[in-house]
Amino acid sequence: MSANVKRLVAAGLMLQILLGLTLLVAFLPLGSLKPWIGYGIASAKAALVLWFFMEMREEGGLVRLATVAAFAWLAIMLTLGAADYLSRGWVAAYLNP
Amino acid sequence: MPEQSRAEIQFHHIGRQREAERLGMLVFLASEIMLFGGVFLAALALRMLHPQEYVAAASHMKLWHGTANTAILLTSSLLVALAVEWTRGGRPKWAARCLWAAVALGLTFLGVKAHEYYLDYREGKLPGAANANFSTPFEQLFSNFYFSVTGLHALHVTAGIILLALAALRGEARHDRHAVFIGNVALYWHLVDVFWIFLYPTIYLAGAGE
Repeated sequence: MSANVKRLVAAGLMLQILLGLTLLVAFLPLGSLKPWIGYGIASAKAALVLWFFMEMREEGGLVRLATVAAFAWLAIMLTLGAADYLSRGWVAAYLNP
Repeated sequence: MPEQSRAEIQFHHIGRQREAERLGMLVFLASEIMLFGGVFLAALALRMLHPQEYVAAASHMKLWHGTANTAILLTSSLLVALAVEWTRGGRPKWAARCLWAAVALGLTFLGVKAHEYYLDYREGKLPGAANANFSTPFEQLFSNFYFSVTGLHALHVTAGIILLALAALRGEARHDRHAVFIGNVALYWHLVDVFWIFLYPTIYLAGAGE
């Protein structure tokens, strides 16, 4: 097996291990931490897929920038969306304490 | 005059062609990320407005169907990555085997999904069905979300399976040491996998252990 094939198989194994880990954590009594860990592990899995399977490790700056840009805009959308829903009661609470 | 490939006519050298097609594909995939981004924003809004109800509704989801499908998609992604590697390494037969195995796993994913939909229908969780029976309005809202997003994802999986099968059938694609067609099909398939990686905690893990 070539080094590339070994690297891909290792990444594939790591993905399955992370899947087992995220499933295990979901059953632990961690309360409000659970979604953070769940999405944290999902991000790690997505990073492995992007870096090894989608070959970001071999790409140049322009292609990496195009990829990161998509996620950066997504992060802006999710942050602004969350800011809206989190802060909706604030003005009313300030005016009518 | 030696025969020129189509790529050589359009580009000064193959490296530039590779950069152009990768970039084009990634810009298309970025638009897909925006499409699914809306879905994830909807999930975030649902969860922020109704945190307890969200977890309660998610606890009715078929966790083991979702987990099996995650393992299936992750394995298929590995096979597709190997197919690209073997296309570049000049081993088209192995590339075809990996691609067909990935097609089989993609079909298995759809089969598991269909079985899950059937169980949801029998339990009265299919919005709009004659036997639909939701205990709270939020549960119906969550079901609407679940069927739209998994349906949208299943459409992407179906398109991916067709593309993978085309790549496996086309000898020209598998003999192309630059893996132009297979490389781009693989990028698409991996992104469909990435969407599912994030749908898994959104739909299935949210209610696990409740």
